[in-house]
Amino acid sequence: MNLTKLRDRVQPGEARVLLRNPVVLSLLVLLALFVSGNLVAPGFASYGSFVNTLRIAAFLGVIAAGQTIVILGGGEGIDLSVGKIATFSTVVVAQVSQGQDERLLLALLTALAYCGLIGLANGVGVAYLRIPPLVMTLGMVGVVTGIIRVYSGGQPEGRAPALLSQMVNATALGGVRGSVWIWLIVAAFTIWLLRRTTFGRRVYALGANREAAFLSGINVQRNLVLLYVASSLYAALGGVMLLGFAGAASINLADQYQLISIAAVVIGGTTLAGGVGGYLGTAVGAVVLQTMRNLLIVLDIPAAGRQVVNGVILIVLLSLYGRQRRLRQ
Amino acid sequence: MSAPERSSTSTLLDDARTWLLQGRLPVTTAIVLLLATLVVNLVVADNFLTAFNIRSIFANVIPLAAVAVGQTVIVLGRGIDLSLGVIATLSSVVTVSVVETRGLTAALLTGLATGAACGLVNGLLVAVVRLQPIVATFATSFVWSGLALYVLPPGTAAAPRMPDVVVQGYRGAFLGIPNAAWLLALIGASWLVLKRTRLLRHVYAVGGDEHAAFATGVRVGRVQVMTYVVGGTYAAFASFAMLANSGSADALAGGGLTLASIAALVIGGTRLSGGAGGAGGTIIGVLVLQLLTSVLVALRPPTDVRQLIDGLLVILALALAGLWAGRRRGR
Repeated sequence: MNLTKLRDRVQPGEARVLLRNPVVLSLLVLLALFVSGNLVAPGFASYGSFVNTLRIAAFLGVIAAGQTIVILGGGEGIDLSVGKIATFSTVVVAQVSQGQDERLLLALLTALAYCGLIGLANGVGVAYLRIPPLVMTLGMVGVVTGIIRVYSGGQPEGRAPALLSQMVNATALGGVRGSVWIWLIVAAFTIWLLRRTTFGRRVYALGANREAAFLSGINVQRNLVLLYVASSLYAALGGVMLLGFAGAASINLADQYQLISIAAVVIGGTTLAGGVGGYLGTAVGAVVLQTMRNLLIVLDIPAAGRQVVNGVILIVLLSLYGRQRRLRQ
Repeated sequence: MSAPERSSTSTLLDDARTWLLQGRLPVTTAIVLLLATLVVNLVVADNFLTAFNIRSIFANVIPLAAVAVGQTVIVLGRGIDLSLGVIATLSSVVTVSVVETRGLTAALLTGLATGAACGLVNGLLVAVVRLQPIVATFATSFVWSGLALYVLPPGTAAAPRMPDVVVQGYRGAFLGIPNAAWLLALIGASWLVLKRTRLLRHVYAVGGDEHAAFATGVRVGRVQVMTYVVGGTYAAFASFAMLANSGSADALAGGGLTLASIAALVIGGTRLSGGAGGAGGTIIGVLVLQLLTSVLVALRPPTDVRQLIDGLLVILALALAGLWAGRRRGR
């Protein structure tokens, strides 16, 4: 239906260009996932189910926003610590707030400050000590694991304040949950940040050609640090939202986002080499990944088979857009 | 009498300097780190030099060493394999499931074939389908772990076990040297042999500059595929050590090896962007990581801070190793 409409409106050449657009491609994949899901389990593509998918995808979407920024900045930029930082953020908010609404703001600011400091350490390591990002953020996973252990004594206490749970889970406007609205705000902010601000321009400049960025007067190292701080702040925010959803913190609540956030970025058409892509693709990528996960649950295959199918679908998704250029040109 | 002596020391210095500048600096850092951790261990751990302790250090180090050497080959060719630890898991559950019916030799061969086959798939995805290695191998890691769960569901009542001779042999000693140390030497020797092959020369060429390698007639794609096959085979070798160390297999073990292997090769001075480094340094890096852990075990810090100290020490080691790598590359 959508496709025929598209064909009517655009020239054949334009259609091809449109199909090369990763965001369009991801949207088509999303459509295919919902249609095939609906064939297997009627109701999979219903409005309620779609809204519910968005609700869960919001956490990945927010965390992957930081990942997008770091990857766009190039220089093999990648942040493997986002999952652990998000987990740390859930622990901090739960403990500082002790489940009391009036302490929520304090808890939120504390979590952002602590996680921002971790991002600062990542950035300093990458920009000034010149440690490869993959390794620096990987090492940071170990450190943050230790920090969580010290901070919580191995058993995180406290729980999500009722206000936070309400903000994340409440149904507002058309059955859409609070987490989706928060995500929409974050997404709009991120797209504005990347497209309309000096910082955003610099991110793309760093990713496209670091040498040229340096020669045109951009303070490469300081901006690199900012990338990693931003990534940690997004991860912290994602963690806070996840806490509102889960109700209580644990020492590995958000760890799974470590690598899946990278997958969301790549499926959304941002290249790991940096400089090309944007947040819109990542956001669609996050929804695609969450829909895929739901589909696997609906299919009701045993855990072993689910893992295999998960991997295979991921490979197929990556082959649609995550491909690199041929060596022979 | 004094004049020639002075000149000989100065040539010695010159030699040392050229040796360092030939890209040996990262490995030197790794050796210094190894010596430092050794000395600290000798000071803080009373039982460090006991036969039991040395034996268990070597026994624990083999799986990571094998995976890390495999990872090094892949990284040298400008790739990375995030599924290597899970390949080791898959290979171990496959090996242990056939060992009782088919016998040890056939089981080991099946395990090796499993590792190589997984590597082949990864290699084809990276070199032929041209997916980005980080995400492609992350995706296949789901496939391998799903297959491992299928072959040996966790909680199986009568889980198959390795023959006792393997388990005892792994902990035993030959000529007064622990068998696991011999195995480590074997891994090192396999690298020395591999390094002299045409494949590895091509791997270094591809890692250094793939366009130049392509232009000079190196079959870049085929070389890249082969690095993943070699990596998978080393992962299979790691799985044998895991099996021999614990006697049975666990479909959920092994995942942690992947990221540790990357840390080890960076500490060992291999450049993540490919083309520079080697598995000798990686093995040193693995030993450094293991010795850091044993320092912590000996110091018995409060359990809560142990993980934090461990993380900080690892990041410190990574930073020291990364410092040189970064310097050489310039800004």
